[in-house]
Amino acid sequence: MSDLAETLMPIAELRRNQPRFRGLEAGHLACLGCGQALAARLVTEAAGPDVVVANATGCLEVFTTAWPQSAWRVPWLHSLFENAAAVASGMEAALRAQGKSSKVFAFGGDGGTFDIGFQALSGMLERGHNVLYVCFDNEAYMNTGVQRSSSTPHAAMTTTSPPGKARMGKRHLKKDIISIIAAHNIPYAATASVAYPSDIRKKVRRALEIDGPAFINIHSPCPLGWGHDGSLSIEVARLAVECGLFPIIELERGALTGTMPLRAPRPVTDYLKPQQRFAHLFQNDPRAKEELEHLQALADHNIETYGLRGERPDPLDSAGADTVRRGGVRWA
Amino acid sequence: MLQALEGSQAIAQAVALCRPQVVAAYPITPQTHIVEGLARLIADGKLQCELVSVESEFSAASVALGAVAAGSRAYTASASQGILLMSEVLYNIAGLRVPLVMTCANRAVSAPLSIWNDQQDSMAVRDAGWIQLYCADNQEAVDTTVQAYRIAERTELPVMVCVDGFTLTHTLEPLEIPSQDQVDAFLPPFHFARTLDPLHPISSGTLVSPEYYTEARHAHHQALLRAKDEIVAADSDWAVLTGRVSGGLLEVDGPDDARVAILTLGSVFGTLLDAREEYPQLGSVKLIKLRAFRPFPIEALQQVCMGLSDVIVLERALSPGSGGIVGAEVRAALTELSAAPQVHNFAVGLGGRDVPLDIYPRLLAAIRSASPVRFAILDVELDKLTVEDR
Ligand SMILES: Cc1ncc(C[n+]2csc(CCOP(=O)(O)OP(=O)(O)O)c2C)c(N)n1
Ligand code: SF4
Repeated sequence: MSDLAETLMPIAELRRNQPRFRGLEAGHLACLGCGQALAARLVTEAAGPDVVVANATGCLEVFTTAWPQSAWRVPWLHSLFENAAAVASGMEAALRAQGKSSKVFAFGGDGGTFDIGFQALSGMLERGHNVLYVCFDNEAYMNTGVQRSSSTPHAAMTTTSPPGKARMGKRHLKKDIISIIAAHNIPYAATASVAYPSDIRKKVRRALEIDGPAFINIHSPCPLGWGHDGSLSIEVARLAVECGLFPIIELERGALTGTMPLRAPRPVTDYLKPQQRFAHLFQNDPRAKEELEHLQALADHNIETYGLRGERPDPLDSAGADTVRRGGVRWA
Repeated sequence: MLQALEGSQAIAQAVALCRPQVVAAYPITPQTHIVEGLARLIADGKLQCELVSVESEFSAASVALGAVAAGSRAYTASASQGILLMSEVLYNIAGLRVPLVMTCANRAVSAPLSIWNDQQDSMAVRDAGWIQLYCADNQEAVDTTVQAYRIAERTELPVMVCVDGFTLTHTLEPLEIPSQDQVDAFLPPFHFARTLDPLHPISSGTLVSPEYYTEARHAHHQALLRAKDEIVAADSDWAVLTGRVSGGLLEVDGPDDARVAILTLGSVFGTLLDAREEYPQLGSVKLIKLRAFRPFPIEALQQVCMGLSDVIVLERALSPGSGGIVGAEVRAALTELSAAPQVHNFAVGLGGRDVPLDIYPRLLAAIRSASPVRFAILDVELDKLTVEDR
């Protein structure tokens, strides 16, 4: 051993002395700029060490746990693609039977949440398990090479929704998961975005206070699947919120109780342009123009539905500020 | 004290005596009475346990998996389509080495739809990596359920207790329910070394590259082979406590000098015992009850088949396009013997068809020709079929 190595703190001690607890360590294998790597770190950081995680199959599972290493510092289990919510239900039942209070998390991608794992998720919510389900929504099946999921936005390109002569990318609308979740009348459901870290922390803590099921869908850009530069992930995520395509809202027992207002909504093209998956919408093609108008209409619809338009211009509003207001009331 | 109990109710009581902390319940005939029985015990406050009434078998298995991983003894039961819907999770439970016990109330698999007994369901998941124990009667179902928890927890392997649907689950039998003291003396409180615990975080079910996957599979295979000792030990230790044996890996009944043996699993064993008494004029025949199908007890089987001229394997499932499932394995195991007996393989009683006592003379008659019967369905009535389907 060199002198230097001897003087360095042992890794375990180094970790213990970190200023903040990290449930997900650095050193995993995610792509540069991976939104869900950041989101998962934020969620576990906010929750602290007293949690148990059930993780669905997907990028998050794969990039954190290549045997014999693991980036998790909280107890973590991966079973299958479609059963994270049910596995978490079992964990929660067990901990309750043992009189323990550790919080149970279920993590899934949008594929594992909106599609294949939806039945188990619905069952978990209906039964009222004290579990926080977090969906890292990167809007496609990234782990298997970017195929469309029911969360993929309309008109986006994926390997199973390629644009071509006859098609302009994905034909169907992004599934309105939060409304479906809300229909379960669970105590707390929210959307969030990696562009707003303190909002994520706040929502995780809020979910942890609640006895009963909670759900958070976190918009998590995937540079590989969306085709933007990894350094732009946060920026792209923020633009999705600012144009109204990804509304940030909170629901309690199914009722809207919080929104992130947009002072000056941006045009959707600001969000779409940096991403390869929408490149075909910027070609000289009348159908492309139509699709852009359609996407703008979807964003406008969200802004209307959730009342996202701020009442007055806010001099303090700056891109990136965490301006979530409960009940839409400014300084309440 | 003997009590007359329906098989399902007896199994529910046996499960309750094992003090599970989480039960995942989803109905499917002929298993339903078991989880209903447990629900009643929980509702009456006789069992302190979390009952999770899930939305599918897929989640039933997943809930049970999560519960054990989080440190609780758990239970679930299913059959037929339920087992198949669970199958992905069943492989997963085994690969994660989660010591879960479940009951499979054996039932045929559709199509065509049949709710009646055969063993196609558990046979379909024989390679999932579970221990599979088959019960010949309801007393064995009770005793095997308790033993299964000890075997599972000592080997860190899941155990499927296979009980013939209706034939056992819905039949009243006089049987002995062990006392809580006996079960407590036999089965220590649940402890799972790899529990998910925030104070000692572990990662379970991780990605494994080709560099390590083979080793993981090897370890799993070895664990199943080693489990044979635990299965035998559990049965003999239970016998010390209760005076009852269920047969360890396999059980032989009949004269030592018999040259012919009939091997079967599950409740048909009882039918054969009665049939042999009914037809004493047919000569001396050994009956072999295969209790452990996984791990497959090759050495024990070779030992009991030494010196035999003929072994008839009688089974209640079919691998279409191949033939018998157990038969093929028995034949493979016995080829290693120097003077290997001829192995004849028959399927009977598919989809709940009654297995009457006269199956016994028919079996012995069917093997009289010089060459072994590779495979035949003994009770098929070919005249019900069109000529091309015969
Ligand atoms: C039953 C089943 N079908 C398919 C797969 C293959 N598979 C693994 S991960 C994955 C996609 C994951 O997508 P998502 O949930 O959106 O997570 P992401 O990787 O995008 O984070 C698929 C299809 C699987 N593991 N199990
Ligand atoms: S493919 Fe996308 S989601 Fe997966 S690790 Fe890379 S950036 Fe993250």
